[in-house]
Amino acid sequence: MAGVGLDGVTKRFGRHAAVDALSLDIADGEFFVLLGPTGAGKTTTLRLIAGLEKPDEGEIAIGGKNVGDWSVAERDVAMVFQYYSLYPRYTVRQNLAFPLKSKVHRYGPAEIDRRIAGAARMLRIEHLLDRKTDKLSGGEMQRVSIGRAIVREPRVFLMDEPLSNLDAKLREALRSELKDLQMRLRATFLFVTHDQIEAMSMGDKVGVLNHGRIIQVGTPGEIYGAPHDTFVAAFVGTPAMNLIKGELSGGRIAVPGAFALPLDDAGRRRLMLNDGPLIVGIRAEDVRLGGEGVAAARVHHVENHGVEKIVTLRAGDCLFKATVPAMSPVAVEDSVRFAWNQDKVQGFDAETGLNRTRHDMAAGG
Amino acid sequence: MAAIVLKDIEKYFGDNYVIRKLNLTIAHKEFVVLLGPSGCGKTTTLRAIAGLEEIDAGDILIESKKVQTLQAGDRDIAFVFQLFALYPHLTAYENIAFPLRATRESAAMVDARVGEVARSLRIEHLLKRRPSALSGGDMQRVAIGRALVRRPKAMLMDEPIGALDAKLREDMRTELKRLHLENESTTVYVTHDQVEAMALADRIAIMNEGVLQQVGTPDDVYQHPANLFVAQFVGSPVMNVTKASIAPEAGVTRVMIGDGDAAFEFAGELERRVAALATTDREIMLGVRPEGVLVTRQQSAGYIPVEAHIVEPLGAYDIVDLKVGGQFLRARTPSGYARAGERVWARLDEAQTHFFSARTGEALDRRLER
Repeated sequence: MAGVGLDGVTKRFGRHAAVDALSLDIADGEFFVLLGPTGAGKTTTLRLIAGLEKPDEGEIAIGGKNVGDWSVAERDVAMVFQYYSLYPRYTVRQNLAFPLKSKVHRYGPAEIDRRIAGAARMLRIEHLLDRKTDKLSGGEMQRVSIGRAIVREPRVFLMDEPLSNLDAKLREALRSELKDLQMRLRATFLFVTHDQIEAMSMGDKVGVLNHGRIIQVGTPGEIYGAPHDTFVAAFVGTPAMNLIKGELSGGRIAVPGAFALPLDDAGRRRLMLNDGPLIVGIRAEDVRLGGEGVAAARVHHVENHGVEKIVTLRAGDCLFKATVPAMSPVAVEDSVRFAWNQDKVQGFDAETGLNRTRHDMAAGG
Repeated sequence: MAAIVLKDIEKYFGDNYVIRKLNLTIAHKEFVVLLGPSGCGKTTTLRAIAGLEEIDAGDILIESKKVQTLQAGDRDIAFVFQLFALYPHLTAYENIAFPLRATRESAAMVDARVGEVARSLRIEHLLKRRPSALSGGDMQRVAIGRALVRRPKAMLMDEPIGALDAKLREDMRTELKRLHLENESTTVYVTHDQVEAMALADRIAIMNEGVLQQVGTPDDVYQHPANLFVAQFVGSPVMNVTKASIAPEAGVTRVMIGDGDAAFEFAGELERRVAALATTDREIMLGVRPEGVLVTRQQSAGYIPVEAHIVEPLGAYDIVDLKVGGQFLRARTPSGYARAGERVWARLDEAQTHFFSARTGEALDRRLER
């Protein structure tokens, strides 16, 4: 197993920089998730590490060694793709054996058997070993694809949206299976996804990528609780963080035509912003409804999510969301009072979108 | 009253029995979601209501009139598809106005109606654009506008936001529901996404393999699932389901899960209430949602020691995979409550624990009363 380092890596396609001066440090044995929207440069980054693309600038190291002139095989990384590329007329066992019979990696029959048995046990596909792959379900096929990576015992696993083609329930189940697998293998996983739930739930660390650049690297708690800018704030979390244009003045946040919320001294000190326009960020679970609230709104929409309800509130033209317990009696067009958890308010620069909030990491991490 | 009544609907595609004696009444102004996995018959049902598919048996009534013999165009129903079926050479305005052109409304009337629909969909500024210059969300707004402009008796929607990305779907859900409140048109909406169904529906009708499994409000189907299929189809993360057996002891009932992996203590009357319903077969499945698995960091009465195996932080809360003997139970805890590898204590909230027949999957007790 090995760590992976990228130092100022740029990859251009024509004049477009798909990956732009990207630096990353992935520790040995870490589950690192690269999260970003379509076109952010996630897959290109994986292909650069695998050696399938050459960077125009910058260096890539695996296990502390610069691998710039190493071939794909020499890098000894394994890729798992969104679309399972299995040989359809062969059995699961034969599919798992293929990577062990290549020109570069050739093993004896006993070793092949040992590795297949180990991977099959780990993925709980022992009962499928003699089945042809076209008789498998989607989830089983993706397990076999992962198995083909495991048998190679590579130094790094690179996974390109491996769960995206599976249905919601299966994705949920495979999320914890993959995390469990990575912990048991003590392997370095670099996992690419556009799905923030996958990133949050599996990653030891998450790197948020946009337009080929890393916006923020942190634990899921840091990314969620202290987003670097409004892009990360809006991208991570369901429902998305409420981002509201307001004015900071004299110890309160005013949203013209909608409401004004007072800040106590501590709340004001957290915001490293002068009086004037700001974008205020607050997560739905940090908006409280109730009689003791400090401002008024109307209920615009109520969504039942079983365990809780997500209520959209309307004040003037401003719409924002609050999470309430499942049994809360709220109905559309009710008048309600609300307050915000001041310790969780995020202040963003109205011009740059950068987060200008002091974060007490002991509480926020 | 644009109520829609489906009576004993049956439909075959060759030998494939895709709708099996479906009975469902959709009330005037109601928003009903047909929910189920692909191939469950939900879209075929919707198409049958629209008149795009003939049925082999049964009756479809709209406003108390049988409509099987009516052509799709004569049923006064609007249909919105997953893929934005817009005319590419027409502007958004002309796309929305199109259904009115056929009815020879006056130009002033058309203009007024298009304006009204565009306002409620907030696409007034886009009316001069052609579909190629619109985003996915706006294209679907135009498609919905075209359906609304006729003021149909009923709206039928087939995964109308399924092709949009996650954030946009979230916004569109709010818009669709607001729109329904304003228009009050009877709506039948098809989706495979349980989040969408829970969020939008007055009532959800859950289908599987052509059979209607349960009809109820979102709270009903979430809290009182009629069978294991519904229990596991609705809710995310999925409900924990495991084999179970129950044994009475002095004043309490011990509920063993898995192959004797762990035993939880429940109230004494549990045995009578569940077993009485399970006289025919003693094989029982236990179901409990992650929020029904209660976790504490201190040893407490009624709690058993378990290992927090994997912690999935989801921001507002964590999902913790608890290792309970050879079983895993997922629990929902506050953020950062338990760490992976740590010992914690767990019990099952009796009020949120469900029991099912292992043989039929039917709920044995529609959730125990508090």
